[in-house]
Amino acid sequence: MDFSDSPEEAAFRATARDWLDANASLRDGSEKTQDHFMARDADDVARAQDWQARKAGAGWAGLTWPSAFGGRDATPIEQVIWNQEEGRFAVPPNVFLIGIGLVGPTVMTHGTEAQKAAVLPRALTGEDIWCQLFSEPAAGSDLAGIRTRARRDGDDWVISGQKVWTSGAHYSSHGILLARTDPKVPKHKGMTMFLVEMSDPAIETRPIRQISGGASFNEVFIDNLRVPDSARLGGESEGWKVALTTLMNERFSISVGRASGGARAEELIALAARVERNGRPAIEDGDVRARIADFIARQRGLEFTSYRVMTSLSRGEAPGEEGSIGKLLLGKLRQEMGAFGMELAGTAAGISSKAGDDVARWRNEYLTAPGNRIAGGSDEIQRTIIGERILGLPPEIRVDKTVPFSEL
Amino acid sequence: MNFGFSEEQDTIRETLARLLGDHATLAVAHDRLDTAKGFDAPTWAALAEGGWLGLAIAEDVGGSDMGAVELAILAEEIGRSLAAVPFAPVLGIAVPAIESMGTKSQRETYLPQIASGQTIIAAAFAEDGGLGPEKSTATVAQDRLTGRKTPVTFGAEADQALVIAKDHDGTARLYLADLCAPGVTIRALDCIDRTRPAVEILFDNTPVELLPGSDPMAIRRLVDGAAVLAAFEQIGLAERILSLTTAYAGERQAFGRQIGSFQAVKHRLADMFAKIELARSNAFFGVWALASGDNRLPEAAAVARLSALDAVQFTTEESIQLHGGIGFTWAADPHLFLRRGWQLKAELGPAAIWRERLFENIADAPRAAS
Ligand SMILES: Cc1cc2nc3c(=O)[nH]c(=O)nc-3n(C[C@H](O)[C@H](O)[C@H](O)COP(=O)(O)OP(=O)(O)OC[C@H]3O[C@@H](n4cnc5c(N)ncnc54)[C@H](O)[C@@H]3O)c2cc1C
Repeated sequence: MDFSDSPEEAAFRATARDWLDANASLRDGSEKTQDHFMARDADDVARAQDWQARKAGAGWAGLTWPSAFGGRDATPIEQVIWNQEEGRFAVPPNVFLIGIGLVGPTVMTHGTEAQKAAVLPRALTGEDIWCQLFSEPAAGSDLAGIRTRARRDGDDWVISGQKVWTSGAHYSSHGILLARTDPKVPKHKGMTMFLVEMSDPAIETRPIRQISGGASFNEVFIDNLRVPDSARLGGESEGWKVALTTLMNERFSISVGRASGGARAEELIALAARVERNGRPAIEDGDVRARIADFIARQRGLEFTSYRVMTSLSRGEAPGEEGSIGKLLLGKLRQEMGAFGMELAGTAAGISSKAGDDVARWRNEYLTAPGNRIAGGSDEIQRTIIGERILGLPPEIRVDKTVPFSEL
Repeated sequence: MNFGFSEEQDTIRETLARLLGDHATLAVAHDRLDTAKGFDAPTWAALAEGGWLGLAIAEDVGGSDMGAVELAILAEEIGRSLAAVPFAPVLGIAVPAIESMGTKSQRETYLPQIASGQTIIAAAFAEDGGLGPEKSTATVAQDRLTGRKTPVTFGAEADQALVIAKDHDGTARLYLADLCAPGVTIRALDCIDRTRPAVEILFDNTPVELLPGSDPMAIRRLVDGAAVLAAFEQIGLAERILSLTTAYAGERQAFGRQIGSFQAVKHRLADMFAKIELARSNAFFGVWALASGDNRLPEAAAVARLSALDAVQFTTEESIQLHGGIGFTWAADPHLFLRRGWQLKAELGPAAIWRERLFENIADAPRAAS
């Protein structure tokens, strides 16, 4: 065990830093905070694509991807190092997490050679932006309950249905879509995965406003979308297996990518130094100190947990259920820190006034954090995964696993 | 000891629930949030017309002279409906202040106008540094007020403000300021609940009238009473979102079952219920202490406030969680309650202040006395 860089890692860090120094400028605190659930405008997306293309050109995109697919063969630890270094610079928001973190690995595992060639390079350079068309109005936690139907029609498939909560669909060029192809078999058995183009007129995307005010996710209506059989990812009726690869990578990339993102507990120290509580500088208040110290301990723990996961990955182990731990703890931590930050910023809790910028900052943290507790498998679902798949507890009694979907 | 309501009180609640249900629906609340409309004048007018604004005003000045318990029922029903009306500043603070500390002429001028809904009086108590009389830095010299108050809920809609300021000896007193008077500047604030907007008010040599009965002790008692009534508004809010979430958990299906059949969901709802009931018990003690003039009002108010804050934060945050993706949307109900909950917290200050106050009352004071 060693919490400092090995000589190779130190060399990697130095190379990364040199390139970043030459190509970007350091953050100066005036930037918008990076937030996965923040609305993105066309300008954000264009800047993000430009940055991604430059990274790809210099070999800094898709670090952990195999070089055969345009990656750098980097270890997950090197990915962490890159994230740490890039995080110090004022770079555009990352709209490629789904493409590179979820779709890429899924296509590498289940795709045909033609699919790999079509999808991977363009995902890496940011020319294509991907979204995940899984959840539906009646299928979220219970994803296998999806109703979007894909029917064979000659050599093609015709897809109709509705997806919802699709992050980034409004600026994505492509989507990975889970559909039901056989309702006569039990729910997990009759699904198939497809790769679709969002620009098709059969797809209509409508942004949904979220509680923080922005609209980062969408409802997506699919009306007789015709795709060739070559758009099918993985075997017919093997959609669930393919989806599990995507979901595993999702939990993993959320917990790893985000452990270092969002507000830092240390920022609360700076806030506490600027404001008063009970007539004294808040930073001298025992309760304030205790709360911030606890936040720091939890945030560090999450960060180090993600590094442990990285280490096991670096040893060639598949991403396991450990991703659930980070995923489970992150949202609640952000929510509590947001609430505390709002309160700390004055008796005017939640109201912007003298400490207006601070209140607005922590309010945004507070109003986006609930999304972390729901997206990518809710807190409750993560606990079940930990209980059943890590601790080996007996599974929940299921009433819906063996009955044909059409009879549910 | 009697910890329940009388039959007449139950009838009052039903009547109020119907009236508010007709005017302040959740559809109205959504529309007001979308269009950033503050004060809900139609609902306030309907309350005035029904005689509810005069509930705790004496009969000789236009009211029906009922008690604090009835006022608490009104607070709770307003909280439940999310009606964007200035119950807390007007009925929770201005009325008892004028009734107990005002002159005869102030009583006769303002209370009938409040009962009829003609006049709104905001409470300009808080300054960024704090809330209580000792925290006030605003000052009055020769009947002219100078200082800065923030946040003042419904300050933009109010005709008058009741202001805490220090007199020439540095003693905190209450003053009434006409908000159309010279030297008043009102600035909008960016509020988490823009249907219950608060503003910043700057007073610069503004003419004011003193409430002669006011002093720091009386002001503190006034804030305590307001906290008790606010606790009822908070409890109404929490109960409503609990019942909406419970209903959702009974409808929403996942894995072939209602999500409410999962213990994780059921237990969360049960925890919400327990927190609300605890808050209710504390609020009952508070309203009893308020009505009976018991000297335990400070501690009663603090415990009512603390458990109401806890109940509201927990139920609103977890209602979003238990609604899943839909709970994270602007169009869904839970965030209306979350936002209102924070606004109610802002008005009389967060838990830290009340914890300190509770401790001063139950631990420090007896120690100092012995
Ligand atoms: C910000 C955000 C971004 C998202 N982005 C995407 C995206 O890009 N693509 C995509 O496909 N989806 C996306 N989602 C959807 C997300 O995956 C679902 O919202 C999530 O899985 C929950 O499903 P649901 O909304 O249907 O809630 P439900 O499944 O209806 O859950 C409601 C409540 O019941 C609880 N519950 C359900 N089942 C159980 C159980 N067995 N035991 C205990 N409790 C249970 C849940 O934890 C939750 O509290 C996003 C969601 C959010 C909030």
